[in-house]
Amino acid sequence: MSATLLDKVWTTHTVRTLPTGQTQLFVGLHLIHEVTTPQAFDMLRARGWRVRFPSRTIATVDHIVPTRDQRRPFSDVMAEEMLAALERNCREAGIRLFDINSGSQGIVHVIGPELGLTQPGMTIACGDSHTSTHGAFGAVAFGIGTSQVRDVLASQCLAMEPLKVRRIEVDGRLSRGVYAKDVILEIIRRLGVNGGVGFAYEYGGPAVDAMTMDERMTMCNMSIEGGARVGYVNPDETTIEYLRGRTFVPAGDAFERAAEWWKSMRSDPGAAYDDEVRIDAGAIAPTVTWGINPGQSVYVDERLPKPTDVPPGERASLAEALEFMGFHGGDPISGTRIDVAFVGSCTNARLSDLREAARIVRGRHVAPHVRALVVPGSQSIRAAAEREGLDRIFAEAGFDWRGAGCSMCLAMNQDRLEGREICASSSNRNFKGRQGSPTGRTLLMSPAMVAAAALAGEVVDVRNVAV
Amino acid sequence: MAIDRITSIEGTGLPLPGNNIDTDRIIPARFLKSVSFEGLETHLFEDDRSQVEAQGGTHPIADARFTGASIAIVNLNFGCGSSREHAPQAIRRRGIRVVVGQSFSEIFFGNSVALGLPCVSVDAETAQALQRMAEADPSARLEVDLAGQRINALGSSWLCSMPASARDAFLNGTWDATGMLLDNFAEVEAVAARLPYVGWSGLR
Repeated sequence: MSATLLDKVWTTHTVRTLPTGQTQLFVGLHLIHEVTTPQAFDMLRARGWRVRFPSRTIATVDHIVPTRDQRRPFSDVMAEEMLAALERNCREAGIRLFDINSGSQGIVHVIGPELGLTQPGMTIACGDSHTSTHGAFGAVAFGIGTSQVRDVLASQCLAMEPLKVRRIEVDGRLSRGVYAKDVILEIIRRLGVNGGVGFAYEYGGPAVDAMTMDERMTMCNMSIEGGARVGYVNPDETTIEYLRGRTFVPAGDAFERAAEWWKSMRSDPGAAYDDEVRIDAGAIAPTVTWGINPGQSVYVDERLPKPTDVPPGERASLAEALEFMGFHGGDPISGTRIDVAFVGSCTNARLSDLREAARIVRGRHVAPHVRALVVPGSQSIRAAAEREGLDRIFAEAGFDWRGAGCSMCLAMNQDRLEGREICASSSNRNFKGRQGSPTGRTLLMSPAMVAAAALAGEVVDVRNVAV
Repeated sequence: MAIDRITSIEGTGLPLPGNNIDTDRIIPARFLKSVSFEGLETHLFEDDRSQVEAQGGTHPIADARFTGASIAIVNLNFGCGSSREHAPQAIRRRGIRVVVGQSFSEIFFGNSVALGLPCVSVDAETAQALQRMAEADPSARLEVDLAGQRINALGSSWLCSMPASARDAFLNGTWDATGMLLDNFAEVEAVAARLPYVGWSGLR
């Protein structure tokens, strides 16, 4: 019988079928952070339960950390209280915490892979919707809420509904100046922001096979923006070579045995899918969102849609988005003036993203009216970038070089938009108010496009920037 | 935990029109800066409310006609975006006992189940009809009958639906899953023991 990776992981981790008909699924790796867990620990205490597999939960702090001055106590009293609560809960339960002084702190979806915690064939849950990122390794990884965090702490299990699988075959090769970010924005634009509800997205095909792990993570990360709680890529040699030598990966002969098991956890040839979609990588151009959800995007050389371009049922949403953004249907996206440039987030703050942005800005300077910042995804990435001198390239170009965290992706720290500012952002969500100002505006794009926009002070086509 | 069966909910409606209403709009991230869920309801749709007010309107959440409503009526893909349980927490703490809409994001749906807040699906026309009804007569009583999968109001009746497992969980009072997950801990330990990677990698 041919099976998909999802089938295999699901079967391997099934404890039993619950009386409700749901599956009781074992969670192989549970990642936690400071925002969605304090209430879960309180619920656990209130019910007199303990953490049953403390070694299968790993913690870090990312959402609320300041990126400018990370000395304790944080100047933000509430942020300090949240981190202190996480420290206390981890200490009491015996959970390993990669704290601000660990040298390994960072965005939870960046440090999991980087430490080798994330491995093929696992189930991974975290109280954060971008947990889909870990699917890049062939794990089945998904976001959960706080009550479910409580369930995992108490039982290492979740009550889950089955998922269908949609195979997304990305044919061909990406053109110069086009990145994994553009591919996933294309998929979301084509299939819709709710097209993936009920599905796991399996990404494959020549363009995905050719991607690095960083690129695959960028794609899987935004599966949730297409409505798919899970997105994954079948593990291959690229996956295995990435994992070799990482902290929490077995070494020596044990690594080879692990790799054999990992390679068995992939979709079989001839596996049946509930749906299949093909995308031509070669036809994709650098993409920019213009609206208030990640499906509202155009190629950088296209014009914004007009209400009359879309079916009557969609006109109200389109008009609402245009009005919020202060844009007009039919206008080009290119030339849109920006106020802020943000390179960061669990989507695009890995070393390769910083290198790509640095390659664009080297020897140039951000436009005088633009506030620009780079927030590395982890302390390790920050250190690696500094060893390569990327920090100096950014600083000389007028970017702020910051400490690791989620930062302006969702603005739970001091990094935020003011008033109606427009931000060219390498993050994942352009929702109203997402970047900290209720009326602030976000244009999502690749890190290279953010870098190019920072220099020009407006949206430009990175393919036209000479490097 | 006492068994808390939810078979039907009666009350007045709160129309929250719009497709793809994300959890950042339901509860902006700055209000997640807390170690508890208490008081979240006061910030429900806070930024949407101010923007509607700035244009001279009143957001349904701030509209006195809907004070005391317990049935939220939404449209397509409600609760998309972030996994923050703060969103259904804020909605429930506002007094909402059931959300009726065309569709829901999966994480929002699951979080709501875990709180005992059913999300029931209706077709687009029904969602709009119910919103119009609540708007025209905020005192109109609605009944969401989970057992019969019907919504009844003002002498009319509409079909509604919910995945069988979630519906059974409400009807049987087993929507709080933790107890169930702990029923058979030996089986959980057996799965952990047979997974090759548990015990690798120094995570012990």
